[in-house]
Amino acid sequence: MTILQKICKYLLVFLKYFSLVFFSFVAVLPVVSCAITAFKTDTEYQRTNVMVLPESWLNFDNFVQAFQKANMARAFMNSVIILVCVLVVSVFVGTQLAYVLNRFKFPGNNLIRNLFLFATLLPGVAMQVSVYEIMTNLNFVNSLFGYIVMMCGTDVISIYIYIQFFENISVSLDESAIVDGASYFTIFYKILLPLLKPAIVTSCILKGVGTYNEYYSANLYLQDKKKLPTVATSLYTFVGPLGSKYNLICAGVIISLLPALILFITCQKQIYSGLTSGAVKG
Amino acid sequence: MASKTLAIKPQKRTFGQWATSRDGQKVFVMIAFMVIPLLLLFTFTYLPFAEMFGFSFYNMKYIGARKFVGLKNYVKVFQRDDCFGALKLSLYYMAGSVVQLALSLYLATVLSFKVKGGSIFKGFMFFPYLINGIAIGFIFKFFYTRGFVFDTVLQWCGFELDNLPYWLKDQSINNFSLVGTSVWRYFGQNMVLFIGAIMSVDGELYEAAMLDGANRFQQFKYIILPSIKTIITLNVILSITGSLSAFEPPYVITSGANGTGTYFVIMHEIAHTQQKVGLAAAMAIVLLMIIFVATILQKLFFKYVFKSADDEDLNATLKRDKKLAKMAARKAGK
Repeated sequence: MTILQKICKYLLVFLKYFSLVFFSFVAVLPVVSCAITAFKTDTEYQRTNVMVLPESWLNFDNFVQAFQKANMARAFMNSVIILVCVLVVSVFVGTQLAYVLNRFKFPGNNLIRNLFLFATLLPGVAMQVSVYEIMTNLNFVNSLFGYIVMMCGTDVISIYIYIQFFENISVSLDESAIVDGASYFTIFYKILLPLLKPAIVTSCILKGVGTYNEYYSANLYLQDKKKLPTVATSLYTFVGPLGSKYNLICAGVIISLLPALILFITCQKQIYSGLTSGAVKG
Repeated sequence: MASKTLAIKPQKRTFGQWATSRDGQKVFVMIAFMVIPLLLLFTFTYLPFAEMFGFSFYNMKYIGARKFVGLKNYVKVFQRDDCFGALKLSLYYMAGSVVQLALSLYLATVLSFKVKGGSIFKGFMFFPYLINGIAIGFIFKFFYTRGFVFDTVLQWCGFELDNLPYWLKDQSINNFSLVGTSVWRYFGQNMVLFIGAIMSVDGELYEAAMLDGANRFQQFKYIILPSIKTIITLNVILSITGSLSAFEPPYVITSGANGTGTYFVIMHEIAHTQQKVGLAAAMAIVLLMIIFVATILQKLFFKYVFKSADDEDLNATLKRDKKLAKMAARKAGK
């Protein structure tokens, strides 16, 4: 190896790590600056530059205030209720549908698959123009129940994760159970559903993050912000008179993304594999 | 669950005649398992779709009298400056998604090989994807405020504050600022997808290439790129349709002020603030048509491109279509 080649090699290694550090910095900076500001007192926030570290990392006043002002206790409760209901319903509905579509051949099987696929091409925001009318007619606006029903309905991605998973479960398992006299319901609930666990975890994480973070429809359909805030919409409290108290706002933002952060740290592997298994393997 | 209680019935009824009972039960299971999802799909996707089509011919609000106006709404969509003109902003988002794809492809390639602290870098870059939209709105309002985070960092790099523009007010730059936030949010997610694709490439290929003396760049060009081109294609298609329907960054950060209102932001405003539902529905239909045409054209284009490549058979095309829809679902879910 000549010296030139060696220099080249080290330069490349340097460039590699430099770019990684640089883009990680870019990715983290907005959030970290927010966290820094969240720990500052009012006077500190006004006097110091935003990138100057706070005097005390134990100043949780802003968090407490933001939590109370934005009614976040209620918001977390609502979000948990929504999350649990939506996940339970969509797991059952999704796995059942995937089971039928994968195991039974019947006229219309492909049609149903295509109906679900086509639905994904319709941009959600555009659809809300008329979904709003339907929600109004069903009396679902400002109703937690209605919102939950709607959130269950927009679930296509997990159905595909399930179908994919069913394809890898041998049909001979079903057949031997049929020979033993098990009904289709028994086969599904006793044999197949337990086997689906990894797929269920994956789709629950994806769907859960999506539901927790959903703010556009929450904002549209849960208009009663006092009674029906979710974590995402509760942040709207800070629009308006509180709009320039960034130390308070940042505290609210940090609180709202803590659950996602915790989930991310604990389930990093599942999140990655869930994302890729849905998209890569076909 | 309703289906569980229903399950008992056919068993009782059909124990006698084995052959017919299986078929009967099959039908029963199918109905029990499919009725809820199909009902939901119908109520929240196809019924609104049909209704929207109907709305677009009326002058109406959500509540109150409706007046049939024929194609007037469609004419308005093309005449009003704020409607159709807003599609021009999509160009910014398209440019952004090109940057995003290139960046995530590069980072994915780097991270697919042995890198110290690789998973930490990956985690840092991916996390923005998990933050909810409204929080992102606040974070970036804060980030771009005069003299705050972004300006400070630029000052560290030697820029003068006086020479820096107002990132969200200056009309020559604010769309770039918004596109930047969208790139910031999604490049990590794209990167993870690409890493997944690269990882599924057979490891022996690299070893063989190493033995043959191929360098990293050659490995990328001749092994990685060909094997993940399907997923890249998909992302290109999605990014174009995604750019046409760009919504979140302007909606949460600037509310469409100062010339940042994309087509959907304006449509949202017309539908839910001004309550001109008919016009908004017409806007939605027009954009849907454009998206369909764009998708079909791109599919044909890529089909043509891939026809020359020998490793793409009909099956793969079908698979690609499926994947496309799935990824679209994911994007829509965002």
